[in-house]
Amino acid sequence: MGLLSLAIWTPIAFGIVLLAFGRDEHANVVRWIALIGALFGLAVTIPIYHNFEIGTSALQMVESGLWMARFNIFYRLGVDGLSLWFVVLTAFITVVVIIAGWEVITERVNQYMGAFLILSGLMIGVFCAVDGMLFYVFFEATLIPMYLIIGIWGGPNKIYAAFKFFLYTLLGSLLMLVALIYLYTQSGGSFDLVAWYKLPLSMGAQTLLFFAFFAAFAVKVPMWPVHTWLPDVHVEAPTGGSAVLAAIMLKLGAYGFLRFSMPIAPDAAHEYAYVMIALSLIAVVYVGLVAMVQEDMKKLVAYSSVAHMGFVTLGFFIFNDLGVSGALVQMIAHGFVSGAMFLCIGVLYDRVHSREIASYGGVVNTMPKFAAFAMFFAMANCGLPGTAGFVGEWMVILGAVQYQFVIGAIAASALIFGAAYTLWMVKRVYLGPVTNDDVKTLTDINTREFFMLALLAIAVLAMGIYPKPFTDVMDASVTDLLKHVAISKLPQ
Amino acid sequence: MIEKLNIAALLPELILLVMAMVIAMIDLFDTSVRRHNTYVLTLMTLGLVAVLQAFDASEGATIYSFGNMVVSDPMGNWLKCFSTLSVMVTLVYGRPYAAERDMLRMGGELFTLGLFALVGMYVMISGNNFLVLYLGVELLALASYALVALRRDNATASEAAMKYFVLGALGSGFLLYGMSLLYGATGSLDISTVFKSVTSGHINHQVLVLGLVFVVCGLGFKFGVVPFHMWVPDVYQGAPTVVTLLIGGAHKLAAFAMTMRLLVEGLLPLAIDWQQMLMVLSVASLLIGNLAGIAQTNIKRMIAFSTISQMGFVLIGLYSGVVNGNTAAAANAYSSAMFYVVTYVLTTLAVFGIVMLLAREGFESEEIADFAGLNQRSPLYAGVMALCMFSLAGIPPMVGFAGKLSVLQALVSSGQTGAVALAVYAVMMSLLAAFYYLRVVKVMYFDAPITASTVTAGADVRIVLLINSGLLLVLGLLPGGLMTLCARAIVSTLGT
Repeated sequence: MGLLSLAIWTPIAFGIVLLAFGRDEHANVVRWIALIGALFGLAVTIPIYHNFEIGTSALQMVESGLWMARFNIFYRLGVDGLSLWFVVLTAFITVVVIIAGWEVITERVNQYMGAFLILSGLMIGVFCAVDGMLFYVFFEATLIPMYLIIGIWGGPNKIYAAFKFFLYTLLGSLLMLVALIYLYTQSGGSFDLVAWYKLPLSMGAQTLLFFAFFAAFAVKVPMWPVHTWLPDVHVEAPTGGSAVLAAIMLKLGAYGFLRFSMPIAPDAAHEYAYVMIALSLIAVVYVGLVAMVQEDMKKLVAYSSVAHMGFVTLGFFIFNDLGVSGALVQMIAHGFVSGAMFLCIGVLYDRVHSREIASYGGVVNTMPKFAAFAMFFAMANCGLPGTAGFVGEWMVILGAVQYQFVIGAIAASALIFGAAYTLWMVKRVYLGPVTNDDVKTLTDINTREFFMLALLAIAVLAMGIYPKPFTDVMDASVTDLLKHVAISKLPQ
Repeated sequence: MIEKLNIAALLPELILLVMAMVIAMIDLFDTSVRRHNTYVLTLMTLGLVAVLQAFDASEGATIYSFGNMVVSDPMGNWLKCFSTLSVMVTLVYGRPYAAERDMLRMGGELFTLGLFALVGMYVMISGNNFLVLYLGVELLALASYALVALRRDNATASEAAMKYFVLGALGSGFLLYGMSLLYGATGSLDISTVFKSVTSGHINHQVLVLGLVFVVCGLGFKFGVVPFHMWVPDVYQGAPTVVTLLIGGAHKLAAFAMTMRLLVEGLLPLAIDWQQMLMVLSVASLLIGNLAGIAQTNIKRMIAFSTISQMGFVLIGLYSGVVNGNTAAAANAYSSAMFYVVTYVLTTLAVFGIVMLLAREGFESEEIADFAGLNQRSPLYAGVMALCMFSLAGIPPMVGFAGKLSVLQALVSSGQTGAVALAVYAVMMSLLAAFYYLRVVKVMYFDAPITASTVTAGADVRIVLLINSGLLLVLGLLPGGLMTLCARAIVSTLGT
């Protein structure tokens, strides 16, 4: 069993053990086993990162075995510069989320922890799969644990949110399934991604494929105008669910654009780049404005996620080095920052049981340590230099200016909106005098919460100050991807 | 290899028939309330016959016997093996249910009629002659009518039996009329001879197609696809759940086999005609089944509509076989359909297994709301039911996904005009279906329980249920073996 398989199946195995044998009577044992499982999962990614060879775009640590012989489906795994960091990110966020749910979840602890561990393994599987059908299986399977997490531990309107999440994303991925089967027949019976990259396709076929993939990935990212599920789901999901959703699940969609849409249908991608750019800019500007008027903190951060992911898709479809690597950096940074933002809201929610901005005010007076963290993550969210949030946005804006000045200028305006909605929220929630009794009786974060937020803070800071390890890993793969996308695949 | 009288080819059938009669006799002397002896003997018989069928199937020989009236080939043998196992599992799940409802006190008809129904299926699966097939259909149908009415004091059951009988008779009538037209046109009841005469091209095409229409209608009744689906929801709901499972499970395997015998082995040259008909049936079934499924509050009715739409998927597989007279894709398409129907039956067994487990004396557990909070009462059974629902919805890694994948793959790679559009339509319909399957999961996991009573099951039920649901996951992760089995079976059938 290779390292990648180990990274996928370790958390899943722990999750299954918890589901099968965990009982609420010994919830603490369950929590510790879950944490050990998550840490094992993270530990496995260290040698993956260590063994990763920088400077080549080739797939590394490849594992291959026949899975469904009749359809020529392989269990084929590999990482390259595009996916490596997401494997690490997923394992890392899982550890944080397990810690975050430690005291909050008291009922059916084994199912909660088990669902997150299984989800973690499945998402790593999505990032490692280099066989179309294997990718699809992992991509779809992630819906099941997330559906249960939202529905069981969610807020008052959880059932609506769980259904919306499941059906909305299923709609997109079913179209992708047809696209995958179509590619399978066109390529003479293969689900191998590398073979698909080389397959010549007519413009009509490319267009249909591009939009089928678009249906799956745009919903997942989510891009404007199919983003409406995200705020609803975030509001109702438990804190851990929101964190994983924002930090990693959204990235599955963006990653899909890089792995499928662009290299498989490059001509269509160029042809419809203007659509993608327009939708991305709308997400950046319009959704940014929508975020500003939210009353609910989780909704605000959810809309801010849509705006930030707009940067990612913008970066992809301007087809230059800065844009694509910037978008990738932005994805990882957003993983840390949005995860942290949701966990901060969770800390407040656990104490006051309200997500309304109006229920707070002057939190800094009673929770100084926590307020410092929250302030720091808010700064990262609006892209302050020195934090992770800055690097990606800056690279994408530079890339956009290279591509076309106007687009760069519009994208840059997002920095202002981002600062506006984030800082305004910070002002209303944390600063000023204590406004009500709830806030007066707040207790500051305990060691567990401090540790959880500190982990994320270190990551955000490290990435902001020294992003080289991230960009170095990506460079070769991004260059190679762009080179591939630049060549037409139309049959001669 | 054609022999006039080859008993060996029919050995399992004969054993089953003899044992059915022996068990009917022994049952007279079984005084226990739960029919212990009858039950054990029935299971032993079924186990033996299933092993014999599997043994025959792995031999891989195709043997015609009794003057070409019946055929024993790998496809038939495997389907007979699976339907035997399916009946066996049905009886294991159903015995406690039947005992609580006073269905076993008067006699062990559940077991003996179940065995006769299975003999009927065997004949349907192995018939190589119009009349033999029809005999099988009638034997199965008569046993099933009686089984539906087994609780004679129960008004809904009697109503369901009446509906089933009237509409079933109509369906059989269609089938028989179609067969008679085909007989008139070709001058033979023997399927191989019919095939030869149709291939020769000397037969009046219009008469053949007229007969074909009636045959397809009859098959439509047996599958329960739209617009021949009217009986399905009522019978599923009204029949005792154990009988519902028999009709929803093993029946479908027999219907599939008969379709293969009639349409593929007999009338393949008319594929262009019957494929169009099947496509219309499947499009209508996917739409009506899934739309109506959303509106149901009774789980048995919901599964009935779900079955209608799932059979639509099977028909898609059958539709994809022949393109422009070219049969190159046939093996792929028909084996996908076979895989789909076999895995569908496997899932249905587990679904009704859970439904019967939750039903107690005086409480049918038929409403979806009765599943509320099952996760708190019994995480294991809630998990099994969730697995089934996700499998029916076609979410990987459950086996239902492998089935949908193979059928859609067969459709798209057949390259017929509009194949991709039909595939898109089919997946959009399964999105509708996902809604009502998810609702069951929602009720079990997100709602608060209405009763705190724990769910208990006997050891036999528990073990079979665990194996059954385990297979849903294992076959979903590793479907290769069953897929190869189906492909080999179909290839050997097409090759003759």
